Amino acid sequence: MALASVLQSESVDFSNYGRQRHGFASGLYEAELGLESVGGDRLSFALSTSCSNEDGPDRKIEFLHGTTTLAFKFQHGVIVAVDSRATAGSYIASQTVKKVIEINPYLLGTMAGGAADCSFWERLLARQCRVYELRNKERISVAAASKLLANMVYQYKGMGLSMGTMVCGWDKTGPGLYYVDSEGNRVCGDLFAVGSGSMYAYGIVDSGLKQKDLTVEEACDLGRRAIYQATYRDAYSGGQVNLYHVHSEGWTRVSQSDVLMLHQQYQAEKA
Amino acid sequence: MVEYAQEAVKKGSTAVGIRGKDIVVLGVEKKSVAKLQEERTVRKICTLDDHVCMAFAGLTADARIVINRARVECQSHRLTVEDPVTVEYITRHIATLKQRYTQSNGRRPFGISALIVGFDCDGTPRLYQTDPSGTYHAWKANAIGRSAKTVREFLEKNYTDEAIATDNESIKLAIKALLEVVQSGGKNIELAVIRRNQPLKLLESKEIETLVTEIEKEKEDEAEKKKQKKST
Repeated sequence: MALASVLQSESVDFSNYGRQRHGFASGLYEAELGLESVGGDRLSFALSTSCSNEDGPDRKIEFLHGTTTLAFKFQHGVIVAVDSRATAGSYIASQTVKKVIEINPYLLGTMAGGAADCSFWERLLARQCRVYELRNKERISVAAASKLLANMVYQYKGMGLSMGTMVCGWDKTGPGLYYVDSEGNRVCGDLFAVGSGSMYAYGIVDSGLKQKDLTVEEACDLGRRAIYQATYRDAYSGGQVNLYHVHSEGWTRVSQSDVLMLHQQYQAEKA
Repeated sequence: MVEYAQEAVKKGSTAVGIRGKDIVVLGVEKKSVAKLQEERTVRKICTLDDHVCMAFAGLTADARIVINRARVECQSHRLTVEDPVTVEYITRHIATLKQRYTQSNGRRPFGISALIVGFDCDGTPRLYQTDPSGTYHAWKANAIGRSAKTVREFLEKNYTDEAIATDNESIKLAIKALLEVVQSGGKNIELAVIRRNQPLKLLESKEIETLVTEIEKEKEDEAEKKKQKKST
């Protein structure tokens, strides 16, 4: 990715971002900026902060890169699991944020980065998908939907959009999972985790996915567990675990579990 | 203005399209070439993508533009949707393009009718016809251009499930249809076929000649049988 080396000079500016936010405890900057350098300087799935907001000390817009969202494909579809905490510095702004956007009955999008950006563009995507369906008399494929989203935000590249989303669905080629972000990345894959807690989540899912054929129950448990573990260690993730399952008939909201309840449940299991 | 365009189409050389079960056939009347003119620089059957092709009747220059736009659209579709076009989609695109030119300032309609054939991803064969006004319809078999009416009547009588039972039969039906209106037989017929999951194939004149002789023989046999029936 030769482009990354050109962009490197731009991302260096993100260190200035810390200076603007001097309204919050300065000790946290290192911890926050630590989010960026996941996976080297190439495709960073932890959403890099955007320095668009020159609002000064009182940053009112909440960015959700303090988050954990994950999605993985398995035999019976796609599992999408997210936390529900929104933070502004060390202040927990909300414990009940909906980070899964229901684009249409068979497509889901996750939210990481700017909440407004994610929900706006995904609603726009929903509109495009519906028009496609009407014109072509068949559902849009996950590849096409994610391509539409990627192309839409690419036009605003460099203008300060902050969005890292996973487009998940089921189309005639089976389960589909794409990671799309405001940098212009669009990647197809079997497993993605986005946010400050993504590393912890990856650990759980990677070990849990060793056995190839998971049942729906097992896969849901795995997703739930992964988000729980991430909230356990990551200060910026928490609240509830919202779990969705995408299958051939569309998506189903499987569960919403409070993290503290899960903690007690897992502790009891250990004993 | 559209009427003039439709007149131009009626003066163009005949083209016929047949939708078989596993094959789609396009046949056009080849105009006789002048002595000094190189053969094969005028092609009336063109590919739009690996799995779609079209033949037209009317103004060749207009057709070139439409074909070009359609080819670009086929690739754009592959880029944005990561899937090849369906025959219906590209027909709709061409038809919308044509309609736009019937309703804008300072432009005249395209003087062509097109027969668009191909296979969709799921393997269904399709045949669509568009006309200068921008309407399009799906057909089992159709003809455009000069003497389109005669050919269509022939097809209405002879397009049966038996007639398209095999690939060869479908090809022969197309040739038979064209022979109704074309003067000197096989030499003036250009034929192309698409089989499922295969690219367009233009039949060589030798193959066409063979098929024409087969057809003529069949005709003679038919005539013989009829005579015998009458005499008994």
